[in-house]
Amino acid sequence: MAAQIIPTDGTAGAREAGVVYFIDRALTTFDRERQSVYNQGLPLLQSRTGEMFPGSATFSSLHSDQQIQLLTAIESADFFEVVRMHTIMGFLSDPEYGGNRDGVGWKLIGFEQKASFRPPFGYYDAEERR
Amino acid sequence: MTPASDNLKTSTFELKSAVDFVVVGGGGAGAVVAKELSTAGFQVVVLEQGPYLHPDEFVHDELRFKDPSNPLGREVLTNDHALQPNTFRRSANEKAARQPTICYGRCIGGGTVHFTANYWRFHEIDFIERSRWGPIAGSGFSDWPITYADLEPYYTKAEWELGISGQAGASPFDPPRSKPYPLPPMPVKSSGVLLERGARKLGWHPFPAPLAILSHPYHGRSGCQHCGFCEWFGCEWGAKSSSLATVIPLAEATGRCEIRPNSYVRRISTDKQGRVDGVIYFDAGRREQFQKAKAVVLCANGAETPRLLLLSQSSLFPQGLANSSGLVGKYLMFDTSASARGTFEHPLNDYKSVQVTRIVHDFYDSDSKRGFYGGGGIDARFDVYPIGFALTSLPHGAPRWGTAFKRALALNFNRTMVVLCHATALPVESNSITLDPEVRDDWGEPAMRVTYQCAPDDLKNLTFFSARALELLDAAGAVEKWAGPVESPTDSVHLMGTCRMGNDSNNSVVDKYHRAHDVPNLFIIDGSSFVTSGRNQPTCTIQALAYRAADHIARKAKSGGIATPL
Repeated sequence: MAAQIIPTDGTAGAREAGVVYFIDRALTTFDRERQSVYNQGLPLLQSRTGEMFPGSATFSSLHSDQQIQLLTAIESADFFEVVRMHTIMGFLSDPEYGGNRDGVGWKLIGFEQKASFRPPFGYYDAEERR
Repeated sequence: MTPASDNLKTSTFELKSAVDFVVVGGGGAGAVVAKELSTAGFQVVVLEQGPYLHPDEFVHDELRFKDPSNPLGREVLTNDHALQPNTFRRSANEKAARQPTICYGRCIGGGTVHFTANYWRFHEIDFIERSRWGPIAGSGFSDWPITYADLEPYYTKAEWELGISGQAGASPFDPPRSKPYPLPPMPVKSSGVLLERGARKLGWHPFPAPLAILSHPYHGRSGCQHCGFCEWFGCEWGAKSSSLATVIPLAEATGRCEIRPNSYVRRISTDKQGRVDGVIYFDAGRREQFQKAKAVVLCANGAETPRLLLLSQSSLFPQGLANSSGLVGKYLMFDTSASARGTFEHPLNDYKSVQVTRIVHDFYDSDSKRGFYGGGGIDARFDVYPIGFALTSLPHGAPRWGTAFKRALALNFNRTMVVLCHATALPVESNSITLDPEVRDDWGEPAMRVTYQCAPDDLKNLTFFSARALELLDAAGAVEKWAGPVESPTDSVHLMGTCRMGNDSNNSVVDKYHRAHDVPNLFIIDGSSFVTSGRNQPTCTIQALAYRAADHIARKAKSGGIATPL
């Protein structure tokens, strides 16, 4: 699911960021309360897989376009919302939480984690200095 | 700078011997009062419910610190609703439900540790607006018992002692000042340049934002390193002029001030004559303690201050302490704002450096031609961090997941800015802090109940400012722009008006020197003292009031004691 929420295309996505490791860690440490959302959501995901694509046993065995079709069908469910939130957090939080490996999430959005910067900071203030 | 918790020379006082002053709350106001009174020779104990944090703990970790866009953050610097819930309702006809509404700094330094550090003086009009504008039906709109001229020396004192960066005379709307700012303004960011370009095109007068952040080293503290983590974070460099980085070390250096963190006050105690004689609090181990005091200065913020007075009810003070007027907790004024976001062609990289560098005060004053009461100020900023940005700040209608979501994220993080308008909130009597009849905090004390629905003119004013924000983004050349909702606020970080200041004890709680009308040795100094909201950037005025009140209290205490009328 995470790999569909932030897919791998020309650049790293949730998979390369190790988002699932972040989620595992979150659910056993600082976000334990949401374990139940996954406990209820994952079996539902599998049963929806069987309903929508008879013969397919697991979500992960579906083709990418089938996965997208299924996630579109459940995107207003609480479970999807929580996985989306955790995926974003795992992609953009400090790498010490287990995701955002090598800062790939920060690289994608252009965020540099530094203790100190010097002006000019952006295009328009640089332009003003010229 | 000297790290806060390395100040081990701190004095300690006995619980049973009365200290000169107990200050309740070690935030923006309380720390100033503690520094002023201890410097003047008095013994002071500061009781702060939150921890005494070290700058090393202020790391750039978005999951660790709570901000409104972060559902998993922990309340390290602010009040924790799991332990101290509040309830909320829009009117007295409704049953209030548990809902995080009130947010305040809960650590030594209070809100000045995590604030954006906008540091606007009030203008002359703020103190006399009722006389100029006339009455407003359904509100308690009133003049202050003091004027801008009364407070001006203390604004200057705050700016020079704490370290404020800004440019005097840059705004044609600025009130008169006796001294320039001690430090030049911060370097302009792209959001500031864009605000400037848009505002000038519209004929407005943009100017450098006064900020409680050091543009250069000052008083032994480091200048800003532009790391970008100001709002909702503490400054690891000590460059933000929080009371933790400024007056707390000065107070401790007197040897007469004890900072006692993790001390949650539950009651102000009075003797048979109706004078305050000390404070009852829970210590870090939740044991009840009693600190005797000759006088108490209450600086617990505009929400906890009235709650504590109501909790201190007794047979002598059946409506709550200092509440013969019945106004303790009433006329609550919230942080009232309108915003719009825009994206631009080139990268702003606005996550770097302080949040705000340019502001506009062209609409500060009310104007009857607009057809309603209200004014405000406008700033340009970027005040979300990567996770919060992805969760809350993509353009309206942007996809929420998948390839197109990822593309929008990659494109817009560095190309977005926010225009935030800080607007007036009218004082309405029914907007209030009361004690909830059912819900209790984790210590077993009644939780606060908040009732709030902003006045019709406030909403008209927000609609006006929302249009100005979009107009500004348009003039600045935004590629896309979209406004936030205009609605009555259901949460607030600015808490004002609940123990209003006045000359008449029938319709105010404290006098013009912040002494409770009903209790000669109780002083109340924080956002609760405000009569009107200003333009919702209260910290500078809270601290100027604290300097002024402390000056007066110290002089009177020296010349005749504080238990007699001043």
